[in-house]
Amino acid sequence: MSLKEKLLSSYIAFEDHLEDDSPLHDLRNKAIKTFETNGFPTKKEEAWKYTSLNSLLKKDYSIFPKQDQAVEFKDVRKYFLHDIDTYKIVFVDGVYSSFLSETTHDKLDVCLMSSALNKPKYKPVIEAFFNKVAKEDSLTSLNTAFAKEGAYIHIPKHKEVEKPIEIINFSTGNEAAILLQPRNLIVVGENAHVQIIERHQSLSNNAVLTNSVTEIFAEKRAYVDYYKIQNDGPTASLIDNTYISQERNSNCNVHTFSFGGQLIRNNLNFYQKGEGCDSTLKGITILEDKQHVDHNTLVHHIAPNCESHQDYKGLFGDASTGVFNGKIIVEKDAQKTDAFQQNNNILIDEKATINAKPQLEIFADDVKCSHGCTIGQFDEDALFYLRSRGIAKKEARALLMYAFANTVLESVKIPELKGRINKLIAKKIGVNLGFNV
Amino acid sequence: MLEIKNLHASVEDKDILKGVTLNVKAGEVHAIMGPNGSGKSTLASVITGKEEFEVTQGSITFQGKDISEMDPEERAHQGIFLSFQYPIEIPGVSVTNFIKTAINENRKAKGQEDMPASEMLKMIKEKADLLDIDRKFLSRSLNEGFSGGEKKRNEIFQMAMLEPKLAILDETDSGLDIDALKVVANGVNKLKSADNAVVLITHYQRLLDYIVPDFVHVLMDGRIVKSGTKELAYELEEKGYDWIKEELV
Repeated sequence: MSLKEKLLSSYIAFEDHLEDDSPLHDLRNKAIKTFETNGFPTKKEEAWKYTSLNSLLKKDYSIFPKQDQAVEFKDVRKYFLHDIDTYKIVFVDGVYSSFLSETTHDKLDVCLMSSALNKPKYKPVIEAFFNKVAKEDSLTSLNTAFAKEGAYIHIPKHKEVEKPIEIINFSTGNEAAILLQPRNLIVVGENAHVQIIERHQSLSNNAVLTNSVTEIFAEKRAYVDYYKIQNDGPTASLIDNTYISQERNSNCNVHTFSFGGQLIRNNLNFYQKGEGCDSTLKGITILEDKQHVDHNTLVHHIAPNCESHQDYKGLFGDASTGVFNGKIIVEKDAQKTDAFQQNNNILIDEKATINAKPQLEIFADDVKCSHGCTIGQFDEDALFYLRSRGIAKKEARALLMYAFANTVLESVKIPELKGRINKLIAKKIGVNLGFNV
Repeated sequence: MLEIKNLHASVEDKDILKGVTLNVKAGEVHAIMGPNGSGKSTLASVITGKEEFEVTQGSITFQGKDISEMDPEERAHQGIFLSFQYPIEIPGVSVTNFIKTAINENRKAKGQEDMPASEMLKMIKEKADLLDIDRKFLSRSLNEGFSGGEKKRNEIFQMAMLEPKLAILDETDSGLDIDALKVVANGVNKLKSADNAVVLITHYQRLLDYIVPDFVHVLMDGRIVKSGTKELAYELEEKGYDWIKEELV
């Protein structure tokens, strides 16, 4: 039985447990039909030309993992931002871990999707926002059909959340192979501020495939900082589908740090629905071995006077492969748009590959759009300059890598997180410079 | 200190240096002059070990050691420093962090511990004062957005920090106004001692008014064709290089 067939038959069993009058029931049925019709994306589709899921789909994934996988905090402490106080929403093999989490209902909701989907008091928010910005593509639909757990965050208006929120999905390896489909909903009220860190972490070498969907709604003047740490093990793969809907004068920033994992596909979509929005999409990708990371971004400028800034840096070693596919759409009404996209890549080894494709679709006539894409090797003159000062080749290369990544790192607003990312980069490139850039 | 014998070097099979012989002793200042494309910057690059140049013949000896096969960083550890004609911009790495890294990398190569932070700060302050460098300048990204003069001053600041035995200054005077030139020259003069040596590569005699050379060499078409004292520099300033070419014919 193929994974698709297995999923379709699992859905029938899953549906049995759902209440008939659940408002989501129709939505799920529709979603599974979309998946049934379209199946998993293949390389024949333009958007998946350079990323093949074939080998991943051959594994026999467990779809409804056994519950109660105890994980000791001391064993996973390092994956948390443990030096500062944070809210934590933690899942182990797709199941909420109250033991590792620190949620709240005190003037803001930092809790669980399962509660939000089932408890009447959340019904208005679910009806207003759930699946309202997500695309109806095959993988998102697959997630929607099975959506039952994930983070639910609702920040009321004018609330400045004083500590960051961590969303962490652990997988224990208790199953030979596991398919996880977290579903997150984040609603940030008018003039509210929030910082969120998302991480997927496998604790074994068993196969994990995560098909995650996150919807973020930024109301008027809301400010959202979202950080994705993708530093998973060599047998863990992630398809991240993130959709961000922005109202007037809101500001949303997503930083994606892709350092580890077998295959990562980031579908990051921004929709600027009100005037004066600001969107920032930044990423650092550092790969080795045969790792594969595909950044597929969309910034959809619908309203006038908005800005978007994209800055993706990639360092590709060994036989790793990278894809950057950045699309900017400027609608007819989105006059005075200022859209900027930059994607710079360094191929460290001869076998590494990057496929980069900027796409601009502009229907307005008074806009400022620019994009730049570079693919190169290390600047030999810069290397010589550093070495002539007595800095050994390896360290000199590391210094250049830090410098290269700096434009992305400098806008990380949580100092402890920035320090952590610095350390991850140091570990990744095997050199600690003794200072943070 | 530095002995170059019959040095031939090429880049992409094109011969640039065609038999350079040069002796520099401790305590001396040598100026190398010559028209554009004569091989001056190549000579500096070959002495400091830039990999794109291939030494095809001859030898470079520094303090009795053959350095022609050494990596650039090893040559730096031996005490050779090059002030670049076009210093490279490194965004995100401050001047201070860069120089700290360089100093500690040099110490590491010599089997020494990192320099204690307090000592480092004291040294940075002292050398920055010597070159009239503002403290704010030190926290800026290395060479990024620096004016031509700031870049050159920063090169000499690095030289002051690293205390090389042999400093090669490649067109350090270009892009400097007269005040900046005086500051830089003054810094170089203060760093000069009986134990170290300076090689100045320049187009113009102007710099030599401030850093007075013991010897002046003319490099043309990859060879040193004439050597003399500082008076030779005045002669070149006045008459250009053509008369030397004619002399050679």
